[in-house]
Amino acid sequence: MPAPIQSFLAQGAQMFLVLAIAPAVTGITRRVKARLTRRRGAPILQGYRDLLKLVRKDVVLAENASWFFRSAPYLIFAFTWVAAALVPTLASGLMFNWAADVVALVALIGAARALLALAAMDAGTAFAGIGSSREMMIASLAEPATLLVALTIAFAAGTTRLPEVAQYLINQPIELRVSFALAFVALVIVALAENARIPVDNPATHLELTMVHEAMVLEYSGRHLAMIEAAGYLKLVLYISLIICLFLPFGMAPIDGGPEAWSVGLAAYLAKVSIAAVALGVWEVSIAKMRVFRVSEFLGAAFVFSFLAILLAFLSREVLR
Amino acid sequence: MTNAYDIAHFLAGMMLVCSFTLLYQDRIFAVLNTFAAQAMMLSLAVAWQGYVQSSPDLFITAAMAFGLKGIVIPVALNRMIIRLGIHRDVDQVVNAGVAMFLGLGLTSLALLLVLKVTPGAASFTREGLALALAIILLGFLMMIIRRNAVTQIVGFMSLENGLILAATGARGMPLVVEVSVAFSVLIALFVFAVFVFRIRERFDSVDIEALERVRGGAR
Repeated sequence: MPAPIQSFLAQGAQMFLVLAIAPAVTGITRRVKARLTRRRGAPILQGYRDLLKLVRKDVVLAENASWFFRSAPYLIFAFTWVAAALVPTLASGLMFNWAADVVALVALIGAARALLALAAMDAGTAFAGIGSSREMMIASLAEPATLLVALTIAFAAGTTRLPEVAQYLINQPIELRVSFALAFVALVIVALAENARIPVDNPATHLELTMVHEAMVLEYSGRHLAMIEAAGYLKLVLYISLIICLFLPFGMAPIDGGPEAWSVGLAAYLAKVSIAAVALGVWEVSIAKMRVFRVSEFLGAAFVFSFLAILLAFLSREVLR
Repeated sequence: MTNAYDIAHFLAGMMLVCSFTLLYQDRIFAVLNTFAAQAMMLSLAVAWQGYVQSSPDLFITAAMAFGLKGIVIPVALNRMIIRLGIHRDVDQVVNAGVAMFLGLGLTSLALLLVLKVTPGAASFTREGLALALAIILLGFLMMIIRRNAVTQIVGFMSLENGLILAATGARGMPLVVEVSVAFSVLIALFVFAVFVFRIRERFDSVDIEALERVRGGAR
């Protein structure tokens, strides 16, 4: 098979793969949480049904909502989907290799977040304004940490392009790297905050004073809400894939891999994502939500960890040179 | 030998992480546990150096670090805290965010300084010295920003952890010096303890703010 066609197929397959599994990943996490608290819980496929139901329903719009309020959900979904499709999951030889850069990913996610915050304020409810301001506070702390993590990886691999980073890491012998361990912790903290997970936000509540993400989407309904929900599912998969790609890329199909390598990559990816979803559920039932004012400390820890990671990476490179 | 380096790097890096945790942790027992963890990391690092350099006296240093700083001093401080009745206190760190930024700045400073000053030395030495200097500076910082006398003692002890790390990386601190340093730290603990109890007796508190009045530096 010629290389361009293969990379096109890989890109297309992965683009629809992330979309297809996204509701199920959130479903697994919810199911685990429910079982651990001795409830039966919704079936894992409930996410798909919810989306279908929401798409079929009518949209109820606030009277003073502008065109922006109506178009924002589609844009948010598009930005998040593009970002999720760029992270290499099952194969590293992707068509849009040149665009799959960590900095570009951070920019895409940031754009989606800015749209959401603006759209939330558009309808003019008080709750949404609180949600937007909190979301922006969290983002202002999480984004520097993400970029520092990206720099740490780039320091080792010599590039910020995800497919090349994954290739580099697969070909390295297994080593004990304290800088990667610290960067991993930092990225996990950022992922929890970005996906509105406990301890930063509680995804299970719908009307509570401390909510962040739910406060912003309170005014949405019908197909708009479906788009926002789908973007939320995709964002979780995006972050899980990013963590897998940067820290546990083993099993991923190489650039010139054939169908066997792809199926191995797919199986490895699905296994890793399921483990991550279960771990997230276990984590969420084990701890309590933080006060909003402590979130800055929590995310500050992510910043400190990523900064230390880059310092230690710098030190070991200078010393061993 | 990269593997040997990797493990040394990991242990020293973990000590640095413990130093940062000490800097912002505000619950007093958690501070003690972190300090104990740092001492354990130190003893592992020293033992690893002893194995790599095949010098058995480092194992004695490791054992002393483990026994004295990992167990005896934390337990002693623990009992002190309970006797002082401050085990429920939360030692408010004055502006944790600024403290973290100062800490990061000091760490960068230490690394850049040591890398500039020691271009010819062996990699283990440079590495150990750089991280040890960072830990020492963070210990100083902790002593400055804390208001509770007991956590200031912990800052001093973690500073001393950094000194031992520096000494083992540099190969050649004689065992006699090592032993005497360890015991002087123990004696320092006794002196501190006496002082803390005297302070408490006089001011009904181990908050250093109470001393401001005596100094005449009222705000």
